[in-house]
Amino acid sequence: MENLHHHHVGLAPHRCGECCTRIEKLNVTLNRQPVLEDITLHLHCGELTTLVGPNGAGKSMLLKAILGEVSHGGTIHFLPVAGHGREDAPVIGYMPQQLDFDRNSPVNVHDLFAMAASRWPVALWYSRRTRRAALESLRYVEAEPLIDRRLGQLSGGELQRVLLALSLTPMPNLLLLDEPVSGIDAAGRELFYRTVSDLRRRFDLSILMVSHDLAGVTAVSDRIVFLNRRIVCLGRPAEVVANRELRRTFGLDLGPLEASRP
Amino acid sequence: MNLLHAVISRLPFEWAHFEFMRNALLAVIIVAPLFALIGTLVVNNRMAFFSDAIGHASLTGLGLGVLLGLADPFWALIGFALLLGVGILALQRFTRSTMDTVISISMCFSLALGVVLLSHGGGFNRFSSYLIGDLLSITPREIGRLLVTSVLVGGGLLLGYNRILLIGLNESLARSRGRSAWWPQLFFCAAIALVVTMNLGWVGILIINSLLVLPAAAARNIAHDARQYVLFTVGISLFCGVAGLIASFYANTATGATIVLVAMGCYLATLGVKWWTARAD
Repeated sequence: MENLHHHHVGLAPHRCGECCTRIEKLNVTLNRQPVLEDITLHLHCGELTTLVGPNGAGKSMLLKAILGEVSHGGTIHFLPVAGHGREDAPVIGYMPQQLDFDRNSPVNVHDLFAMAASRWPVALWYSRRTRRAALESLRYVEAEPLIDRRLGQLSGGELQRVLLALSLTPMPNLLLLDEPVSGIDAAGRELFYRTVSDLRRRFDLSILMVSHDLAGVTAVSDRIVFLNRRIVCLGRPAEVVANRELRRTFGLDLGPLEASRP
Repeated sequence: MNLLHAVISRLPFEWAHFEFMRNALLAVIIVAPLFALIGTLVVNNRMAFFSDAIGHASLTGLGLGVLLGLADPFWALIGFALLLGVGILALQRFTRSTMDTVISISMCFSLALGVVLLSHGGGFNRFSSYLIGDLLSITPREIGRLLVTSVLVGGGLLLGYNRILLIGLNESLARSRGRSAWWPQLFFCAAIALVVTMNLGWVGILIINSLLVLPAAAARNIAHDARQYVLFTVGISLFCGVAGLIASFYANTATGATIVLVAMGCYLATLGVKWWTARAD
């Protein structure tokens, strides 16, 4: 625990701290069942906010609401960010869960970027400009050599880096990561967190990440939101990890902290 | 048109002397690339079952056309196929059931309705030619119609190609790019309905879907990127169409079904190539 906290201090980012995205009293109802209730959350530039919570807590649903994929009550307000992006049309980067991603498609990494960025049908020809843009984004995540590989040939960690690079093309105001480390080994997770952490500082990004990997995210997150249909607890990693309900959910109550309690 | 006929009839083959074969050949060459283009998207977006349902729905459209007393059931066919396509998409969004269940329900309904309408008065056999199709009955006027729709639908699909392909890879990703998933899907649905209906007369309801799916599935075995995927699918589709047509002439069999058998052969061959190259690596 102390070890993790120490890590966090070591990574303390430089950031402008401006509030970029304001989610106020958001709620989502599906089939007359409330899925998300009364979510008020402000995301700041240069900050990595992590959503944790049990299965079915509505974590991915919150991302979908921000993307405009499900209808919701309440408001989501995007504030203009230094120079780029408009208030009414912010650039939102999104990295989908790998499990939902069709890897059997006969599409290579370059196709993926061309499809997302340009209207010229990938079936006919490739433009040099999209290739340059793709290479530049892949460079951010050290994945340039992967550009001509088929999606199906990529390892879990490689696909993850490609999807991250794609979410940075064009550079977003707000970056949403949906369980980016599921199915990745410990070394890959470590590398991914380090990359995301660097990007956040380099581009002053505001990032909202969904994760199951509580131990891993406490080290890199600026804030953690414990979500279970509503926000149960929100704050710095050390504060949230001490929350009793969260410890029960993640089975931490049998850990050393509880045992050492008088 | 006459020029093309003249050119083809110079070919030193027995089949090239018959006008119906030359017409059929032209139809196949016009339609195969469009089927290929749609097929790549159908297979990529896992909509094979969907396009099958649309194909079967044409039976109902035919029944409605007969009921309304239309001389040419074409518009009834298109109309009903579109209605069913939109209905399936809307029902899936509304009920949030799995797509296969929604499609199955809709297909059973439309098939039953079609059979009820067509068997009214006890004359279903009159329509059995639609089940198998007859390529050799195609007329020059129909070929003109095929050409116009192929160019329009093909052009529209190419404009939306990137979006539709991206929706198939991951819908949320497509949405995050500010691209509505609803309109491209609707257009895609309309394109399937239109193309299936246009070609029903010569391919037949029972097998039309395999012409969409098989060449793309075969190309998927050997393609390394999106461009190859489309190129190979068009190539395979053209080859199967022409080879199947000529084979059906000599074997005196139903043309649509013969083309499908050739396509299946192509699929197995590419599967072999895939297996062979994987072993060589």
